[in-house]
Amino acid sequence: MIIDQSTGPACPEPSGADHDPSGPGPFAAGPFGVGPFGSQPSPAPGTPTSTVERRRPVRPRTSRRVPAPLAVPATLALAFLVLPLVGLVVRAPWPTLPQRLVEPEVLAALRLSLVAATLATGVCLVLGVPLAWLLARVEFPGRRLVRALITVPLVLPPVVGGLALLLLLGRRGLIGQWLDRWFDVTIPFTTAAVVIAEAFVALPFLVIAVEGALRGVDERYEEAAATLGASRWTTFRRVTLPLVAPGIAAGALLCWARALGEFGATITFAGNFPGRTQTMPLSVYLLLETDPPAAIVLSLVLLAVSVGILVALREKWIGSPA
Amino acid sequence: MTTVDRSRPYAPDPAAPGAGLRARLVVERAAFRLDIDLTVAPGEVVALLGPNGAGKTTALRTLAGLTPLTAGHIDLDGTCLDDAARTFVPPERRDVGVVFQDYLLFPHLTALENVAFGPRCRGASRAQARAIAYEWLARVGLADLANRRPRQLSGGQAQRVALARALALRPALLLLDEPLAALDARTRLDTRAELHRHLADHPGGTLVVTHDPLDAFVLADRLVIVEDGRVVQEGDAVSVTARPRTDYVARLVGLNLYRGRGDGHTVTLPTGMAFTTADTVHGDAFVAFAPTAVALHPDPPQGSPRNTWSATVTGVTRHGDHIRVQLAGGPGEAAADITPAAAATLRLEPGQPIWAAVKATETRAYPAG
Repeated sequence: MIIDQSTGPACPEPSGADHDPSGPGPFAAGPFGVGPFGSQPSPAPGTPTSTVERRRPVRPRTSRRVPAPLAVPATLALAFLVLPLVGLVVRAPWPTLPQRLVEPEVLAALRLSLVAATLATGVCLVLGVPLAWLLARVEFPGRRLVRALITVPLVLPPVVGGLALLLLLGRRGLIGQWLDRWFDVTIPFTTAAVVIAEAFVALPFLVIAVEGALRGVDERYEEAAATLGASRWTTFRRVTLPLVAPGIAAGALLCWARALGEFGATITFAGNFPGRTQTMPLSVYLLLETDPPAAIVLSLVLLAVSVGILVALREKWIGSPA
Repeated sequence: MTTVDRSRPYAPDPAAPGAGLRARLVVERAAFRLDIDLTVAPGEVVALLGPNGAGKTTALRTLAGLTPLTAGHIDLDGTCLDDAARTFVPPERRDVGVVFQDYLLFPHLTALENVAFGPRCRGASRAQARAIAYEWLARVGLADLANRRPRQLSGGQAQRVALARALALRPALLLLDEPLAALDARTRLDTRAELHRHLADHPGGTLVVTHDPLDAFVLADRLVIVEDGRVVQEGDAVSVTARPRTDYVARLVGLNLYRGRGDGHTVTLPTGMAFTTADTVHGDAFVAFAPTAVALHPDPPQGSPRNTWSATVTGVTRHGDHIRVQLAGGPGEAAADITPAAAATLRLEPGQPIWAAVKATETRAYPAG
């Protein structure tokens, strides 16, 4: 489990696969030895650069040329971000893809991931929207501190978060020991633990997104509602919430995507039990040792979901009223 | 919500006479102090008139409960709403309706739902609230636009929906913040007349905050003029226009106004100029006359009991169907309105010396104390 620390933070993105070679590698030889990284980098930086040079005489209207010290690293950066994903797509076992997708373990991981991420998002919505409202609308002492505290899980390595959850809710944890003694409830290494771990890392995304959206809503609408006899709660329900709905939807999507990709906190706090706590990112990590093509298939699914969310968010942001 | 609140909007209860609004509004900020006394009787329309930054909107916000008082008190129909100490009734529990300057119609609700919002909050059933809302939309002539969203309404229509929304609760006090400022000139004319009709029908008191004297004259029974957070003049349109007491008010009503010391039929200004007046005043006094009362001559005019002074032309502008000439010298700055023909004869241009004259019978003099 300690190994996870290196892979943990990188895992939410499918591109995180490029961290793996640095890890100790029984599986390093798998997808990467023969992988796209070895074959493609050399043509990649060259091709776009030469395109730039070729275009110069063709399109004289581009009056200001891009200086090479900026153009070359920028192109490299783009290639660095995109090529691993290209590799993932190119190396995917396309002919066997459909049957691999419906294999029981894959389906179990997929279902668990979707369910856990959705539940975690639900938890985040129920707890996070009120917190965001409090931060955006109520002056209270220590508000800046609270806002700073909320961002801690954003920058905290997820494994540390998982460990912290274990120390709080584990059988000997601060709260966990009482849960265990009084209610005979054990949280760690259950599906509930997966949801808690995912909610822990995803909540800040939601709170920050919704608080931003709330600050964008003209507070005078709320004043108008008050002059019409609406209590603060009614105002929140009937005026603020509808006005801020696009922001909440965007925040929930971000939150869901973060929960879906959660790795470090989950494996630390919930363990890695197939069907119970083994979500897709965990499966990818394990399958790399035993069945690399299956790992690629799962990664593709995660990649597709990420791209889908990106598209959905873009439409949300464009569609939301200013 | 208490049961009292539930029953309130439907009780057609004009029987409760109420004492109207009695308030002393004091709000202190870093570089500003508002301190005005204000009364509005039931059925009365009062205009709070003043230049931008005079504190009009702050006064309105204290009455609505959106800004607490620093000192003073607000009593509406005998109930204390804010006494700057123990009592502060929050906006949702005040019997006060507000039409905001930019209306603030809820963008996600239809016109009907906007108007139904208040009755619904005060405990009406959905059907009841919609019925009330529909009735009010019909009253402002927008029944056929009930299902439009605010962004599908014109400025004038949005203003009427906002008015219907505020009136649907039959507030004891209706507040309007610059109700016509957001409209273009033509719409403003129609809307002003219509607004006047609705305000006249409203059984509660009405306070209109505006910087437009025409709005105030048309809509209000009484004007309260504020400058720098203080009431500088109060009265009906006739008395205010006849006897302005500050430069701001004089400009509003288009008069030249000077302050000096009266001694019978003479008022002597600090500049040394003495006006002969038809009225008799003693002590601190104002002299006022209309720009049309000022005659301009290329040479010192002779004979007749006239006030004359040597002035310099500082500006010449077209003003309706006559020419407005700005003058300096004599009593101070003055405006003179002359016909285009006279202007052509005088060949006016800035910097030109000229003689100005006002008949004593064209002046008004009244005590400033």
